Amino acid sequence: MVTFVLNGLEISVEKGTTILEAARFYGIGIPTLCYNEALSPYGACRLCLVEIGVPPRSRLVTSCTYEATEGLVVRTHSERVVKTRQMLIEMYLATCPSSKVIQDLASKHHVTRVRFRQKQEECILCGLCVRMCEEQMQAGAIGYTGRGDSRRISTFFDKKSEDCRFCGGCQYICPACQARCQGPQEKEAVCNACLNLAPPCLEHFDHVMCYMDPCVACEEKSGREPRKTCCK
Amino acid sequence: METKEAVRSVEALARLAGFHRQARQKVKTRILVCAGTGCIVSGSLRVMKEFERLLADRGAAAQLAGVAEVGKGVGVAQSGCHGFCQKGPLVRIDPYGIFYTGVRPEDVAEIVDTTINGGKTVERLLYRDRDGLACCNQEEIPFYNSQTRIVLKNAGLIDPEDIGDYLAAGGYTALAKVLTEMSPAEVTEAVTRANLRGRGGAGFPTGLKWKEAFHQKAWPKYIVCNADEGDPGAFMDRSLLESDPHAVLEGMIIAGYAVGARHGLIYVRAEYPLAMKRIAIAIEQARETGLLGEDIMGSGFDFDAEIFVGGGVFICGESTALISSLEGQVGEPRQKPPHLAERGYLGKPTVINNVETLANVPVIINIGAPAYAAIGSAKSGGTKIFCLTGKVNNTGLVEVPIGVPLAEIVRGIGGGVPDGRALKAVQTGGPSGGCLPAEMLDLPTDFEELSQAGSMMGSGGMIVMDDTTCMVDVARYFINFLRDESCGKCFSCREGILRMKEIVDDITAGRAGDETLELLKETAEMVKNASMCGLGQSAGNPVLSTIRYFEDEYLAHIQDKKCPAGVCRSLISFTIDADLCTGCTACAVKCPTKAISGEKKQAHTIDAALCDRCGICLDTCRFDAVRKG
Ligand SMILES: Cc1cc2nc3c(=O)[nH]c(=O)nc-3n(C[C@H](O)[C@H](O)[C@H](O)COP(=O)(O)O)c2cc1C
Ligand code: FES
Ligand code: FES
Repeated sequence: MVTFVLNGLEISVEKGTTILEAARFYGIGIPTLCYNEALSPYGACRLCLVEIGVPPRSRLVTSCTYEATEGLVVRTHSERVVKTRQMLIEMYLATCPSSKVIQDLASKHHVTRVRFRQKQEECILCGLCVRMCEEQMQAGAIGYTGRGDSRRISTFFDKKSEDCRFCGGCQYICPACQARCQGPQEKEAVCNACLNLAPPCLEHFDHVMCYMDPCVACEEKSGREPRKTCCK
Repeated sequence: METKEAVRSVEALARLAGFHRQARQKVKTRILVCAGTGCIVSGSLRVMKEFERLLADRGAAAQLAGVAEVGKGVGVAQSGCHGFCQKGPLVRIDPYGIFYTGVRPEDVAEIVDTTINGGKTVERLLYRDRDGLACCNQEEIPFYNSQTRIVLKNAGLIDPEDIGDYLAAGGYTALAKVLTEMSPAEVTEAVTRANLRGRGGAGFPTGLKWKEAFHQKAWPKYIVCNADEGDPGAFMDRSLLESDPHAVLEGMIIAGYAVGARHGLIYVRAEYPLAMKRIAIAIEQARETGLLGEDIMGSGFDFDAEIFVGGGVFICGESTALISSLEGQVGEPRQKPPHLAERGYLGKPTVINNVETLANVPVIINIGAPAYAAIGSAKSGGTKIFCLTGKVNNTGLVEVPIGVPLAEIVRGIGGGVPDGRALKAVQTGGPSGGCLPAEMLDLPTDFEELSQAGSMMGSGGMIVMDDTTCMVDVARYFINFLRDESCGKCFSCREGILRMKEIVDDITAGRAGDETLELLKETAEMVKNASMCGLGQSAGNPVLSTIRYFEDEYLAHIQDKKCPAGVCRSLISFTIDADLCTGCTACAVKCPTKAISGEKKQAHTIDAALCDRCGICLDTCRFDAVRKG
């Protein structure tokens, strides 16, 4: 067992447990895009960032890949984490706005604008499909090619794969393929129809004080009208 | 010959070194032609051939290897890079230390007649300092005598393909001392007390790294020498391997002893064929001499080294990516921990050190940790080799104690900015380093100081920029490099760098709005915070450091749509001063887009809509009538 500090609480987990697993077990929500319980963690989407150590010597690491160690100090919602996460989501929105998963993330994390030039990509290279194909379907028909911004997912040598059995596992797991729901402002890059969390406590305490979702107190304090939700 | 006999004890090593030293003393004059990559490119091999031919003609030739028998008194040998490639091809004549620059094959006859036979110097081939005074001797040249060459001490003075030269210069005595007088823990202790920090970029304390690996129980362990050197414009690692490969090898064997590793891997990028050849020869010669292999010098310690050719991808220089590449996988970084000392090459404890770091190790053993630590700054001992380039009079490799002020390198050794222009900024740390303004020249070049100032030590690249440089354009250049070189796995790194490029492109094209600067800053911060490896974590530096020190210049681009340095094409315009224009039509004839019109002998005008801003008119006008603004 290792004991570490999670948002000020001392908790014990079994050796080998990642910070993300521990946080979820204790009911603390950390957003993820490239993580799935059934697949090996990959650490590419960077959304699950948490701050470890004590500022100014702290740094951000991906909780899905980082195993808790004895005495580690972790904050899942520090100001630095929240800001970085929001910036990431803004960049996701600017890249792939047609995904419901990304639109939901934007609303949940109060990202209401996109300042980057709008693109319409169909892939965010989260790599879920590659791992699904290899680890669950035992096919290994797809992988990555290219480096930097030319990186993409493809079959080997871009040829029709002999290993692919058309199981559709890749499509099933793809977050970018999940078309966004038909909200009222469907045309715009940011839907925000499900917007509800806006934590003003950040400015005072350097971390979110509660993990309730939606946080009613927050809504009241910020004087913001809770929005009507359009989906589910 | 004696050299072929394997050295089985420390005494035998001393005997062999003594033999080589004597053999070299028999040579009256030794001509050392630089055969580093830079000088080879400028034609030094032809110079060397010419020396050999002429001396053979005159019956004086003696390749050094055969000197003991021939005893004729003149030897010709190749040396490694002097780090002053700008002035190549270089020829040094020992024992006088005469240093000729820019030697062409035609000059050889004169050198032989005047210097070798006549005992005088050839004035016109000597280096001239700023005041035009000729320096007869290499040690008199300001570029060299302001340096502290402890790692480069042999560079240019020995034949890198001859272990005898290295032995004669006191080589492998550090190894002998380590194997006979010190325990592994004592070696690590010495390196720790010397304050040796990694020269590959991160500045991690080498002693700590070795200690962690030493305490690992798994077996076997590996030492990896990182000779990937991907920074464009930095070539100290190549130069070290080319000029003094045995020093790197000796450092590696000592590292192996200190951590309990028996295998060494040298990861050299494929673009470095000469370095590869020389280190291969060094390994071969060390093996023959009994300095690599089993039971080195009768100590019972075994160590062997091999070379691995890397693909020359920048990201493969990152330690975890390098290990993947060694294992035959795609060179992509992975998250640390586990540290390589715990799980490295083939899952075994591995120490990865930069070429320059390893070359420092024998120095520490030879001069002792306290003396070594005293050379550098409080937190890092020894020297750092910088690769000085850009708008500076002397370019090349300069070795200085860590912590000397930037000014000493740029103004002192570098000799300042040429053409009477003003110094604007110094970029340090390679592509993901930062730009420091001229006002900060007093800054000590120390790992901490540089990173606090928003730049970094990196591998030691140093680019001097004058007032014709646009800092936004500089940021754009480096961002573009990083965009190509990111592995692309982290979304933050891949998309973030791409977005920074998009924004900076907008700024230089005059398309940016007022809120752009804030967005650029936030994006750069995010890339730094959110990315996994060193590339992403430092990719914001070029942007953040230029914004920090040259915000005015960004604002001029964004608000006034002007590029103060006149570099960003979309933001400059050309006009003709009607008072000065004589109507000679020279510019109108040369203009590729036919944007200039006017009657003969009448003032001409430029049509901004047609103008491509190539600047040919400016260069053409003999009356200074064309204005750039
Ligand atoms: C993107 C990137 C590129 C790197 N390239 C090199 C390189 O070319 N050569 C090198 O020695 N270290 C390079 N490094 C640093 C290595 O990761 C590692 O820190 C170093 O080799 C360790 O050796 P040292 O402790 O002796 O410096 C690079 C790091 C990063 C993040
Ligand atoms: S969920 Fe951890 S990086 Fe994607
Ligand atoms: S380049 Fe891939 S994480 Fe940095």
